[in-house]
Amino acid sequence: MVDIQQLFNGLSLGSLYALFAIGFALVFGILDRLNLAHPAVFAVAAYVGIDLVTSLSISVWLMLPVVFVVGALLGLVIERVAFRPLKNRPDAHFAGLISSIALAGVFIALLQGTYGPDTHRFPAEALPETTFTVAGAQISLVQVAILVISVLLVVALGFLVARTRLGRGMRAIAENPTAARVLGVNVDRVTATTFAISSALGAVAGALFALNVNTAQLGMGSAIELKGLAVIIVGGMSSLPGALVGGLLLGVAEVFTVQYIGSSWRDLVAFALLFLILVVRPQGLFGKRKVREV
Amino acid sequence: MNDAMLTVDRLRVSYGRVEAVREVSFRAEEGSLVTLVGANGAGKSSIVNAISGIVRPRGGRIRFRGKDITRTPAHRLVGQGLVQVPEGRQILTSLTIEENLQMGGWHAGSAGIDDVYDRFPVLAERRRLPAGSLSGGEQQMLAIGRALVAEPSLILLDEPSMGLAPLIVDEVFAVIGEIRARGTTVVLIEQNARRALGVADRGYVLASGEIVHEGTGAELLADDRVVSAYLGIAT
Repeated sequence: MVDIQQLFNGLSLGSLYALFAIGFALVFGILDRLNLAHPAVFAVAAYVGIDLVTSLSISVWLMLPVVFVVGALLGLVIERVAFRPLKNRPDAHFAGLISSIALAGVFIALLQGTYGPDTHRFPAEALPETTFTVAGAQISLVQVAILVISVLLVVALGFLVARTRLGRGMRAIAENPTAARVLGVNVDRVTATTFAISSALGAVAGALFALNVNTAQLGMGSAIELKGLAVIIVGGMSSLPGALVGGLLLGVAEVFTVQYIGSSWRDLVAFALLFLILVVRPQGLFGKRKVREV
Repeated sequence: MNDAMLTVDRLRVSYGRVEAVREVSFRAEEGSLVTLVGANGAGKSSIVNAISGIVRPRGGRIRFRGKDITRTPAHRLVGQGLVQVPEGRQILTSLTIEENLQMGGWHAGSAGIDDVYDRFPVLAERRRLPAGSLSGGEQQMLAIGRALVAEPSLILLDEPSMGLAPLIVDEVFAVIGEIRARGTTVVLIEQNARRALGVADRGYVLASGEIVHEGTGAELLADDRVVSAYLGIAT
């Protein structure tokens, strides 16, 4: 008998992992670069979200679109500061990796300077208390919202990439930036837009995560960073469906491990499972075996 | 204004300390077909890439429809009607054929796609397939069709016959003739010099980054010095 309660907890948590990881996957897929400032955006968004709800007394639901915009702006900063100045270097992959780690450090330092080192929480009255009972399981409105919002955003991103002009431009740049320029694509602008979307999704993930556990901590980005990377590696690096399935899988695996084996085994079992998937499918769940053209 | 469609004036292009193009000047009148011929490494592609804004010139001036475009980036020029069909075709192989054509209409919109399908039915039949599934000749037709969707007033064709079988080369040249018949100005870069000079209103022979001969296509083909020194190996 599957434990509905734990399954739902796992899916809800996993959809957050997916929403976070998809930001990695989007930038990696289009630019072939890892943006390691992404976890810092996740943390900044959690603090900003709590601050918005606390000091402006706006509802948590209104807070999310604001955080989305804040994340998009951070994405523009990341692209401009950590990636664009280095893009023509022969070692641009590595250089961008390092500069994005540095920028993440700056973000976290600013966060600490602004909000201090202590854990932040939403004001108690701001959190929705509604719960539903489904097949004997207690499911909170927040969990439902996390699952619905995350999956909707991931699906919307998939539609954007597959069906819109902007998405075609992104895929053109991913395959051949020079050809994209010849066709009239403003590569810098599409690249910046890609970062903005990626960071906006990471920011919403951060705010939802804070909502889920009613906690924001300075280290929350680092805590999810490896999980996000593991999710995209298992999903197939640049695959958006891969990030979704990988994230859900990791969330469910973690929750079931805690429930049936013990919380100290959580990371071991979850990562061992991901490791096994990679042994069977080295290219990831949805990855294609391909050689990148030079 | 009695400007030519394209005026290139003492253009210089360098890569580091290597000078690829040295003070090259030429014009393309509206509706004409101009060809630049010369051996590999003569600087032909550098000239095309400088005109279309992919490479920044070291010196000189480029004017397009009377406007200075020397420093205008590629993405603006396409919107203004200056479109390149790049060397090696540069098809987006992971996108579908239709998506490649839609990319051609990045600025102009997709209105011209149906005309391309009418001219190249093979592209229409396979519109939903990845462009990488096309043969070399079909990819060249897609590359040209993609440029036409951008509604060019000036089209720069960089080695469109490269690596293609003779029958396909015939078709490429037939399409070039049609483009010109529509009134579109064509600048054609070719190693296949006889073929190119045969269709050109005006030709320029390049060697080591400089124009060494110029004249009408017929004049250059009739000039023994040109033929023996520069066109000897071309067929």
